[in-house]
Amino acid sequence: MNFTDMLLFGIYPYIASVIFFLGCLLRYEREQYSWKAQSSQMLDKKYFRVASVFFHVGIIMIFAGHFAGLVIPYEVWSFLGISLAGKQLIAMGVGGFFGVMCFIGMTMLVYRRLFNPRVRASSSTMDTLILLVIYWQLILGILTIFVSTGHMDGYVMKDLMSWSRYLLTFRPAEAIAFMGELHWIYKAHVFWGITLFVLFPFSRLVHIWSVPVGYFGRNYQVVRRRFGDRKA
Amino acid sequence: MKIRAQIGMVLNLDKCIGCHTCSITCKNVWTTREGVEYAWFNNVETKPGIGFPKEWENQDKWKGGWERKSNGKLVPKIGGKLRVLANLFANPDLPEIDDYYEPFDFDYQHLHTAKDSKHQPVARPRSLISGQRMEKIEWGPNWEEILGTEFEKRKKDQNFNDVVQKDIYGQFEKTFMMYLPRLCEHCLNPTCVASCPSGAIYKREEDGIVLIDQDKCRGWRMCVSGCPYKKIYFNWKSGKSEKCTFCYPRIEAGQPTTCSETCVGRIRYLGVLLYDADKIQAAASVANEKDLYQAQLDLFLDPHDPKVIEAARKEGIPDNWLKAAQRSPVYMMAMDWKVALPLHPEYRTLPMVWYVPPLSPIQSAAEAGHVGMNGEIPDLKSLRIPLRYLANMLTAGDEAPVVRALERMIAMRAYKRSQQVDGVEDLEVLKQVGLTKDRVDEMYRYMALANYEDRFVIPTSHRAYAENAYDLKGECGFSFGNGCGGGESKLNIFGGSSKGVRKVIPVTMKD
Repeated sequence: MNFTDMLLFGIYPYIASVIFFLGCLLRYEREQYSWKAQSSQMLDKKYFRVASVFFHVGIIMIFAGHFAGLVIPYEVWSFLGISLAGKQLIAMGVGGFFGVMCFIGMTMLVYRRLFNPRVRASSSTMDTLILLVIYWQLILGILTIFVSTGHMDGYVMKDLMSWSRYLLTFRPAEAIAFMGELHWIYKAHVFWGITLFVLFPFSRLVHIWSVPVGYFGRNYQVVRRRFGDRKA
Repeated sequence: MKIRAQIGMVLNLDKCIGCHTCSITCKNVWTTREGVEYAWFNNVETKPGIGFPKEWENQDKWKGGWERKSNGKLVPKIGGKLRVLANLFANPDLPEIDDYYEPFDFDYQHLHTAKDSKHQPVARPRSLISGQRMEKIEWGPNWEEILGTEFEKRKKDQNFNDVVQKDIYGQFEKTFMMYLPRLCEHCLNPTCVASCPSGAIYKREEDGIVLIDQDKCRGWRMCVSGCPYKKIYFNWKSGKSEKCTFCYPRIEAGQPTTCSETCVGRIRYLGVLLYDADKIQAAASVANEKDLYQAQLDLFLDPHDPKVIEAARKEGIPDNWLKAAQRSPVYMMAMDWKVALPLHPEYRTLPMVWYVPPLSPIQSAAEAGHVGMNGEIPDLKSLRIPLRYLANMLTAGDEAPVVRALERMIAMRAYKRSQQVDGVEDLEVLKQVGLTKDRVDEMYRYMALANYEDRFVIPTSHRAYAENAYDLKGECGFSFGNGCGGGESKLNIFGGSSKGVRKVIPVTMKD
């Protein structure tokens, strides 16, 4: 057993998830005022619409793809008649499409964040950092597509799925056995992916938790009482 | 019937002198913080003009307010719930900071530190967002002050729609102007509340004040577009929206809002209105826009009616509120005398800050024989401000209520003039506009003399009974969310760069 693998892919994910869940919970409980999307659209709208929509749609689809690949058991896919090789092809195609879409949007957003004087001046260090980390992670992810053209049988994907399966069922020692032989690009992508969870509670990413689905269920008008229950 | 009470406001535009005291005191109290330098919860516009932010009245452009669908249902003009959520990533109807103005300050310190030079040192402007030098300031909150900028630009004012020959008002001899102080309307049917995906904006049941819960706001910025008056401002620093609070801490204590308290022209009135909350939806959805004014009047309930009083008591409205409603100057001006009118009722938000339309130079011209007379009073068609313009602003284009309001004000003047100058009682002029002697004396007392205790009839909230003072011991008072922390603690690991730190570029001298 390789110690670095054990640390990065067997232990670090658990530390990251503790920071992720506890951090989010604490921030939501203690620092609601800081819980927001922190949009900078009103400071500069030029090309913002295409940039932001490309980025968001791309990254949401990529997230859905990773969820389908890493969390849903592969028995489900084989039950649905999708072979490992077929699954890899779908992942490469769909992931590639939305990866490029996201890349275009992010490139515009990164440029805006770094070189638009208004946006740059109003950015906190974390605002810039989180964007660059996601950008870097996206580039790594796109690179894995090229690496995976070298092995179209889908077994590398199965290794990664097994890793997450064993990790999610709290068997890290078995989990890391699947990571050992992988190309370094995959390992880097996994490492930075876990790191995103560490940064999540301290960045604007927390707005993801607040997707306003409740909007569909509520009345248009909201009325609240100033002083609790009515008293005589 | 579901009776609710609201503190409403009336502004007597006939007496507004455009001094901006309301704006300045409001700013000093509420928006001197970083991120909202550009925000004016209260601003005073010179009309005609496109206003602040640019063209706020153009709802084809900004999509504020409600739209009545063919099935009679109201939907925010920015779209139904699905479209609102689909636009979370980038709101297509969001004004940019330049539509307001890029906030700036001047390098005053340079005047103290400048070295000996050939030319007088000047304090040059710099951006309060980027900190960078601004070579030229191109827009501001009152850029059109007293008819500033060319008529070509100002004539985009939406209130000119259907005004015949609007181009003649660009001529020096024909031009006209009026002031329009604007603040949040604290609507009965607010679109900002309806368009907030987080449900952070709410209307208070006790006094009708519309507020944004700073803790719950997630900064989706849909309210900015939803509000047709563009009176919600996105704080680019905190990432949350902010708006006029109607100075609720003062209102709760029975004091007038800061803008009202400091108004040197004494044009502002605050008072309680009782209304039937069950009928709001129907009133806001009437088919014809011109009926919206009357529909809103029909919502208001007579505070002297024993049935209303009984029902209000059942709803738990305190007696001091009912007493205040009976003395409410807002009720008198809107309902009894019908001299106050809502601002842009066609947005279907049922606004609760109303305006007395301004008279314009007419009477002296009429007396000199330049203007036709309509019985005892001058023909309002000869008003310098076109009736149509006022009607577009205050009654969705229906001129009759504007005429009634203006004629009553002229009649009041004529009556008081004959009484005090000539020593005769000219009851004929009152008859023509449907006023009695008692009523016009009341109008005179409230609108001309405008004593403090007549202008502001604000019942205190029953805070002392509703809250347990023991529980409140050691609590913070007014704060921006986050409990007492305000998100400003130095050790905060969640926040961004600390607030109030301005990035200032040093001035370098170029010869």
